[in-house]
Amino acid sequence: MKTRRSGNYTWRKIKSALASAIAFISAVLVIAPLGLVFFHLVVNGASSLNWDFFTKLPAPVGAVGGGMVNAIVGSLELLALAGAIGIPIGVLGGVYLAEYGSARINSVLRFLADVLNGVPSITWGVVVYGMVVLRFKGFSTYAGGLALGLIMIPLILRTTEEVILLVPNGYREAALALGVSRWKTIVHIVMKTASKGIITGILLALARVGGETAPLLFTAFGNRFWNHSLSQPIAALPLQIFTYAISPYDDWHRQAWAGALVLVTGVFCVNILVRILTRGHTASVV
Amino acid sequence: METPERTVMERMEQGTAPPPEAETPAACTFEVKNLSIWYGEKRAIDNVTLGVASNAVTAIIGPSGCGKSTFLRALNRMHELTPRTRMEGTVLLNGDDLYSSTIDPAIVRRRVGMIFQKSNPFPTMTIGENVVIGLRLNGVRNQKFLNERLEKSLRMAALWDEVKDDLHKPGTSLSGGQQQRLCIARALAVEPEVILMDEPCSALDPIATAKIEELIHELKAKYTIVTVTHNMQQAGRISDYTAFMYLGG
Repeated sequence: MKTRRSGNYTWRKIKSALASAIAFISAVLVIAPLGLVFFHLVVNGASSLNWDFFTKLPAPVGAVGGGMVNAIVGSLELLALAGAIGIPIGVLGGVYLAEYGSARINSVLRFLADVLNGVPSITWGVVVYGMVVLRFKGFSTYAGGLALGLIMIPLILRTTEEVILLVPNGYREAALALGVSRWKTIVHIVMKTASKGIITGILLALARVGGETAPLLFTAFGNRFWNHSLSQPIAALPLQIFTYAISPYDDWHRQAWAGALVLVTGVFCVNILVRILTRGHTASVV
Repeated sequence: METPERTVMERMEQGTAPPPEAETPAACTFEVKNLSIWYGEKRAIDNVTLGVASNAVTAIIGPSGCGKSTFLRALNRMHELTPRTRMEGTVLLNGDDLYSSTIDPAIVRRRVGMIFQKSNPFPTMTIGENVVIGLRLNGVRNQKFLNERLEKSLRMAALWDEVKDDLHKPGTSLSGGQQQRLCIARALAVEPEVILMDEPCSALDPIATAKIEELIHELKAKYTIVTVTHNMQQAGRISDYTAFMYLGG
């Protein structure tokens, strides 16, 4: 039996350590931008976060003070509208792809959904501009919600489909063997088992569209004041940040930083919520 | 213990031996006539005729891949879940044609329950919810009735004493043998006429297996049971009638 030559072993140890080091450095490089973003946002924006920011409307142009309360509320309204459009269609579509349909049609649908996922969000904005804004001759919350909802649909569809496919077939068979009808099996057994994954997909889609600015440029348009009707333009946080950031006023710049900090913190919190939800000792999918 | 009956139906080659009508058991729950099943182009079951005795255990044995599970699943129309299956022949359950176009497959499956090889209690539900889920999803709302059925089914599955204080715990917190008995209780709760078991003990240790075999022995007084097993000794222990399948026949 040949004994290990110690030289060879040392070289292997070096290679192993090198690989570990490269992997570690890569991981750090990935996290670093997140750290930098947070750092800059906190440094520049935290000082402008005050009670006024969350309760006051924007001040007249050039004046100091005011806040972004209408933008924050506007974003929430738009998300609610987008969710009302995107969630039912996305989830039910995902269920269809996973449970029904033929293999060939489904692969075509899947491909189309993936293509839609890659469409730039500004394109969605332009499409809704042509379909809704020009038609009804005005920017509106409906248009903004529709644009965001359309972005959400293929996103939620794919995540829902993937999660449902992960549910083991044994559960479907067990339910069907009890004489439960097909749709009830899908709703009460399959979707219930996959519920954590479905909710995760929904929350992540909401976080993603919550930060979209481009589609809102031509649809919701932004609003300096409170929105009183869904057929009127509405403010949104990313839009407001954009408007303020390119303005010549220092006070508005500071508020833009604060707004960006609020936005990123919101996304952060959604992700933490997702983490909390997907941690569980009972067996679940995803 | 050697079963007194050896083989009621025996087919060694495809389509050679004609069905020995004289050996069909007297009171038949199932009457299968000329059943053939195709998966796409492949013929999985070849012209099988069989009578399944009432209130007795019929074991179906044979080498792997000979079509035992397919045959079992044909008895409660579960084979239809696989795409591209085709079926010819008749299956009568107490005189009712299970494959007639007027019958809803869900009704068939309520009358003919099935236990699977790998126990599959629903992971999102507690033990109690698992047992009554069949009733709940079929529209039963009366809580008192559900509770009574819950206890009755768990007692029949010889699981009541072990879990009566833990009904709120998740179904997956039980051991393998207990989970399989939970699945049996779940199947019993919808009060089927027949119970099909697809290799119910193959994933269990000997002690759990013995408990399930004892349970099968107790259950046959009330139900007709058909099991598939690749364990000859088990077939010898538990069955009253044995059917041997080979290459789909």
